[in-house]
Amino acid sequence: MTNAERVFEALHDPTRRAVLDRLRSGPKPVGEIARGLPVTRPAVSQHLKVLKDAGLVTDRSEGTRRIYHIDPKGLGAMRAWLDRYWEAALDALAAELNRTETKENE
Amino acid sequence: MTAQIRPAPVRKSIRVNATPDRAFDVFTSGIGRWWPKSHKIGQADLDRPVIEPRAGGRWYELDVDGSECELGKVAVWEPPSRLILIWQLTPEFRFDPDLMTEVEVTFTPDGDGTVVDLEHRDLERMGDQAEAMAETVGGPGGWPALLQLFADETHN
Repeated sequence: MTNAERVFEALHDPTRRAVLDRLRSGPKPVGEIARGLPVTRPAVSQHLKVLKDAGLVTDRSEGTRRIYHIDPKGLGAMRAWLDRYWEAALDALAAELNRTETKENE
Repeated sequence: MTAQIRPAPVRKSIRVNATPDRAFDVFTSGIGRWWPKSHKIGQADLDRPVIEPRAGGRWYELDVDGSECELGKVAVWEPPSRLILIWQLTPEFRFDPDLMTEVEVTFTPDGDGTVVDLEHRDLERMGDQAEAMAETVGGPGGWPALLQLFADETHN
């Protein structure tokens, strides 16, 4: 999977979007993120892992707890967005060049 | 504690059925014919992006209402083989004259066609900007607008 696909996959799930929303107000441990969400705490941990793999959140140890926070620079998302952006642009360029080249050859 | 994140450049490559001369020409002066209309930052609909044909030239977006949005500038202009654009948009899609990330596009002959390679690098500088912005705002900022775009797209 490309970085972009991982980000889209990560954000496709409504629970993961809810998890991200909770982290917008600041770093939190799993227990606090899970509170009020209609899923189990292990499920939340699993969602956090997917978000981490996509570069959307990072974590750190604080004693025995693991504190999660949004990738402070948003670079995982930015890079994934640019990945799609340039891919779409080059595809469009190739389509234009191949189209006009064919026309000229006719 | 802030993890130092240094993202790899975004690299894209595509082969086209055209000479380097044509590919370079269509990429730059013909950009309005192929640039996706969705690739825009202005409020109004996109007319076309403009790449001024010289080093030091402007690179901007021209919208249908006549407004212009700066995207960056032209750093290297070497037709038909190489072009470097400076991309000066933050993750919040704001033009920032102090932000410099490079987009290098090369055109290499390949048989009767051309390989177009694109590399967008120095992305970590966007992080510096985002972090600085977050510190200035003092809140939980630094959360880029594009995340919302992702979310919107996944809803579709």
